[in-house]
Amino acid sequence: MRGRPNLYTSYASESRLFPTRTQQVGIGIAFILLLLMPFDLPVIDQIPLIRFLGDNSWLRIVNRMLIFCIAALGLNILQGLAGQVSLGHAFFMGVGAYTAVLVGGPSTTSLWGWGLPIWIWLPASGVVAALIGILVAPAAVRVRGLYLAITTLGLVFIGLHLSRFFPEIAGPGSLGRKWPKLEIRFWKEENPFLDFSSDGHWFWFDITDNQKTYYLLLALLILFSLWAANLARSRTGRALAAIRDQDVAAEIMGVPETKYKTIAFAISSFYAGVAGALAASFVGQVPPEQWDLILSVEFVAILLIGGMGRISGALAGTFFVVLSPRFVEEIIEWMTEQAEGDGAFSGMWDSIISLGSGDFGIISISETALGYPIPYSSLDEIIYGLLIVVFMLFEPLGLYGIWINIRNYWKGWPFSY
Amino acid sequence: MTTIPMLFAASTFDVFVQTFFKALALGSLYSMLALGFVLIFKATQTVNFSHGALALAGTWFLSMIFIDWDIPGRWLPGPHWLHWGIALLLAMSVTAIFGLIIERLTIRPMIGEPVFSMAVITLGLEVIIRAVADDAVRLVPRNLGIPWGSDTFSLGGASVAWSYIAAAVMAAFVFIVVWRFLRTRTGVAMQATAFDQEAALAQGINVGMIFAIAWAAGSALAAAAGIFASMSPWAAAGVASREGAFFAFRALPAVIVGGLDSVVGALAGGMLIGFVEIFAGQYLSSYANILGFGYQQVIPYVVMLIALLIRPYGLFGTEEVRRV
Repeated sequence: MRGRPNLYTSYASESRLFPTRTQQVGIGIAFILLLLMPFDLPVIDQIPLIRFLGDNSWLRIVNRMLIFCIAALGLNILQGLAGQVSLGHAFFMGVGAYTAVLVGGPSTTSLWGWGLPIWIWLPASGVVAALIGILVAPAAVRVRGLYLAITTLGLVFIGLHLSRFFPEIAGPGSLGRKWPKLEIRFWKEENPFLDFSSDGHWFWFDITDNQKTYYLLLALLILFSLWAANLARSRTGRALAAIRDQDVAAEIMGVPETKYKTIAFAISSFYAGVAGALAASFVGQVPPEQWDLILSVEFVAILLIGGMGRISGALAGTFFVVLSPRFVEEIIEWMTEQAEGDGAFSGMWDSIISLGSGDFGIISISETALGYPIPYSSLDEIIYGLLIVVFMLFEPLGLYGIWINIRNYWKGWPFSY
Repeated sequence: MTTIPMLFAASTFDVFVQTFFKALALGSLYSMLALGFVLIFKATQTVNFSHGALALAGTWFLSMIFIDWDIPGRWLPGPHWLHWGIALLLAMSVTAIFGLIIERLTIRPMIGEPVFSMAVITLGLEVIIRAVADDAVRLVPRNLGIPWGSDTFSLGGASVAWSYIAAAVMAAFVFIVVWRFLRTRTGVAMQATAFDQEAALAQGINVGMIFAIAWAAGSALAAAAGIFASMSPWAAAGVASREGAFFAFRALPAVIVGGLDSVVGALAGGMLIGFVEIFAGQYLSSYANILGFGYQQVIPYVVMLIALLIRPYGLFGTEEVRRV
């Protein structure tokens, strides 16, 4: 079928993972770039936009983004594929995180923990979250739309309370407890087989802890993306899509609604549990208040900004939402530098940045300043909220919709459609 | 809201009376919040997740108007409580105007779009308004200049805070106003819009105007609830505090239990949740080491989950007929 990439002659060829040659080449290049990303390479280092790739402070945020990608993929299965609105994703992430610390954490007089290795606690966190998902499903299957959103929102608050209920698991007070590190052991031996939380030497080059973690998370993300993509192409995926599009009709056609909604909840919770365990382990110590409504909203925002129901959308949305605060920070730093200098435009930047008290400007660079010159910690939040509102108003399909518009423009050129 | 130690109560009956009034007050606050949710849902078929942020904004407006600018007091003679009442109405009006602006800019363009998109917009608004308002409130608690302060009166052996009575009176007032409003021409038009937007348009009803009215009224109700929840027996900093941030979300169970589109449901659900929460907080407190500290705050959600299993559309909600 050369030259006619959109001509499908069988279902198998239509539902292939990467149907066109362009996509195959693109994925290949992207994969190589992702593998090379954490290094300071001699030539790539000079290209402006990807110059930061070797930088460790960026790499930590990129690692965080990879973890969030896994959780976003999970919510995408529930919300994008099966159409069940959920504000309880943070709850399932919390369940995963606390399972991980219970199974993998150290045992002391006031804390419970079995100290088992990662190949037990990481799957266990996903499985326990999935079981909780199945437990919740009977209540969630009965309600639809906004009622479901509010029910799952209730889960978050119940979860926050449960963390106070079991101080032996959650750790005392608001500090939280230490999570097991990302290191692979066969059993409880002294030296780990593979250690992701300290610098080391792999094959013939040196590698830092962040770079190691990056590879672990990248491998997991690729695994979970492929699973999500294959799920969407399977019988289960088609059943979920049927329920999303018209649940009553789907049931009449013989798709058991309750069963498939429960499956969607379970798989989505599995993703969330694994992501929660990874996130907590990556940060090291997390208070229970971390798993609150704001986190859930973040994932809904990720899906809506990226494009609902698309794996590429979920990944792009996470990239956008997790990295944009860092970009804003970077831009403000640059603006401050300009305002402090005496270049041609320093006056212009000075009118935006408030450098000291009494200085005119709307953005304050001091973290502690509250009140009118907006400190940039709250500026982040404001921009994040604005992103949600603006995307919903002007591009309901999200980044995926923008990409479709661009692609159609080039495909249809010189015609307008 | 934190539990108040029952120091003055002598007998078990007095404890009951005190608990009753406290529950009545919390029920009134939840009912007021629920009514705001219901009004906006009735017009736009969406849940306004920015209700809590609007409540915070309304409380902040009152503090600015009454304390910082001394608005009615600088021109009018008269007692303190009269000035405060006028400032309260002003704060509610300013919040209503604020709600109108929000509605015109972000909700009106979404007519005909999926309901969930609209709900997510309100989530985004919640993030924005709360970031701005938290920043504006600063970390220092602001004074609201409440006339009755933290005064109490004794009823038999029980001591009851005036704020409880004030909240109940305000809720009663608000419900009567809304009840009367729904019987007027505009109110009937709103019910028609809720029933079927297209048919309402065909009958010559200005649907955009109905949206605007619902949002203005909902915002004003949020402001009222926020202000009355920020009085002294409740948490010190009220809706501006950390646990107060989710106060409006705690009223969502009330809305769900009552039914998202029912005014009676808002009253019943709010009262039910308020009474269950306070009475459980009072009479199960000896089991706190089993139930966990602060267990009364999750009771609304537990009640909601049970209620949803029994009636998925709430006690007074309209059951949705699904067609293919």
